[in-house]
Amino acid sequence: MRYKGRGMSTIALILRRLLGAIPTLALIVALSFLLTRLAPGGPFDEEQSLPPEIRANLEAAYGLDQPVHLQFGRYVRGLLRGDFGPSFKFRDFTVGELIADGLPVSLALGVAAMLLALAMGIPAGIWSALNRGRAADRIVMALAVAGISIPVFVIAPLLALIFGIWLRWLPVAGWIPGRPSDLVLPVVALSLPVIAYVARLMRGSLLEVLRAPWIRAARARGLPERAVVLRHALPAALLPVVSYAGPAAASVLAGSLVVETLFGLPGMGRHLVQGALNRDYTLVMGMVIVYAALMIALNLIADLVYDSLDPRIRRERRL
Amino acid sequence: MSGGLWREALGALRDDRLAMTSAALLGVIAFAALVGPSLIDYREDEIDWSNMAAPPFEAEGHWLGTDRLGRDLLVRTLFGLRVSLAIALAATLVSLVIGVAWGALAGFRRGRTDALMMRFVDVLYSLPQVFFVIILTVVFGRSPLTLLVAIGAFGWLTMARIVRGQALALREREFVDAAIVGGSGTLRIVGRHIVPNLLGPVIVYATLTLPQVILVESFLSFLGIGIQEPLASLGNLIADGAAEMETAPWMLAVPAACLMLVVFCFNFLGDGLRDALDPRDR
Repeated sequence: MRYKGRGMSTIALILRRLLGAIPTLALIVALSFLLTRLAPGGPFDEEQSLPPEIRANLEAAYGLDQPVHLQFGRYVRGLLRGDFGPSFKFRDFTVGELIADGLPVSLALGVAAMLLALAMGIPAGIWSALNRGRAADRIVMALAVAGISIPVFVIAPLLALIFGIWLRWLPVAGWIPGRPSDLVLPVVALSLPVIAYVARLMRGSLLEVLRAPWIRAARARGLPERAVVLRHALPAALLPVVSYAGPAAASVLAGSLVVETLFGLPGMGRHLVQGALNRDYTLVMGMVIVYAALMIALNLIADLVYDSLDPRIRRERRL
Repeated sequence: MSGGLWREALGALRDDRLAMTSAALLGVIAFAALVGPSLIDYREDEIDWSNMAAPPFEAEGHWLGTDRLGRDLLVRTLFGLRVSLAIALAATLVSLVIGVAWGALAGFRRGRTDALMMRFVDVLYSLPQVFFVIILTVVFGRSPLTLLVAIGAFGWLTMARIVRGQALALREREFVDAAIVGGSGTLRIVGRHIVPNLLGPVIVYATLTLPQVILVESFLSFLGIGIQEPLASLGNLIADGAAEMETAPWMLAVPAACLMLVVFCFNFLGDGLRDALDPRDR
């Protein structure tokens, strides 16, 4: 903010990062397309044996009678228009419709889980670091180890059992639009591993930063401890947490498959699992591309936050 | 790595009580998974019509109870362990072979080959790997073989990075120059001189890969995309348990506890091996 022209360079940086994301996305599209074409046989093999003429008509309708590179070109052109093709098994829906149907639920779930993870994990890590070696620190870190090691597909049923069935505080499953209590257990189950990891990262990096000479300098100037920690140490200590955003997103997205299936939420994850069970190629392909795009977008945001937090990168950019 | 260093590492590992306990427990668990099912009177898919959904210790002969079809939970859990462990070992082996070959070659060739090969790894790293494993199971069907190949095919990236770093350092050592001068080809140098010298980190990382693979397999089996009934794996046992938890919570508790125990043990053992094999920490 202090430097002239920083606004420009930020836009340039965002553009450069966006351009850098294009090859990755292209690779994802190509890879998922090619993988589905590796399949022995076609998508209509499992039906009761179709008469050859009908089969030929079906394949022509989906463009499956063309050479692979033409099919790929057709698919990519469709994607650019936002058209993910028809679902092979849910005949009345296009993949795009199924994505549009599930994305809002999955996004609400994922964003809430990430925000909860940051809101809980960062303070827990700071508190743990400031009480280093005391009972509070040990308890938080023991909980963190448990949170990291217990997979979502174990913790989610346990939460449902305790809070849904035994205590009856929250609904076990189901989804009524506009009833936020349906989201509580899924969001908590999704965010627990991320909370645990963030808390551990935060504690470690804050302890390291607090040993830095410039923190001693801040203390020597007589600043209150609160200001030293929050204003001077925290921005630097947050950097590892920001870099963790990518893996955290991957964990939340994978976990959302479990949580949506278990709690019966009509999100993308449930469609993806259904698609995988039905061997619905186009549906799985479209879902994976959207998930990958979400991950790339989140990594992009994390990179930009990282840049704005790290003064060394800010300075480099001006040169 | 010389014989002395190995012996020293073994000594250090022996002093690590947590790692040794984990190793012993893993040995017991693996033995139980291999031999246990044949010692129990019930087969894993045998239905006991008179004892359906029996709680632990209540029905005669069913120590950990039965599931809703009257199948003995202990046998099924041991069987599931066997399947999960076998897939984990095989998938780890797949990712080990690809990762070591890829990393060693990149590190040895250096320059543009290295840059290209590692760029490929970087790009794969940024992909959501679980989702590509799902694509592979959709394409090739949900067999155990697909599962282990798919998990292995996306699990080698970290191994390649670790091995490449080590290979880059080894490349500078005199015995590699000697081998080049002696006229050995790339493949021979990588196979005979580079790979044997980076066994330490490879073993450590393989030990830490195993629990990851078990978790991915269980995750997919939980969703119904992995191991299929009537075959048991820890993942689909946990899914069964989650479906019945209201009336039969032990069906969830037994396989979940088993999974956690195995994952914890592998992680502790891996950490212990890392401390023992890393001379810097001693």
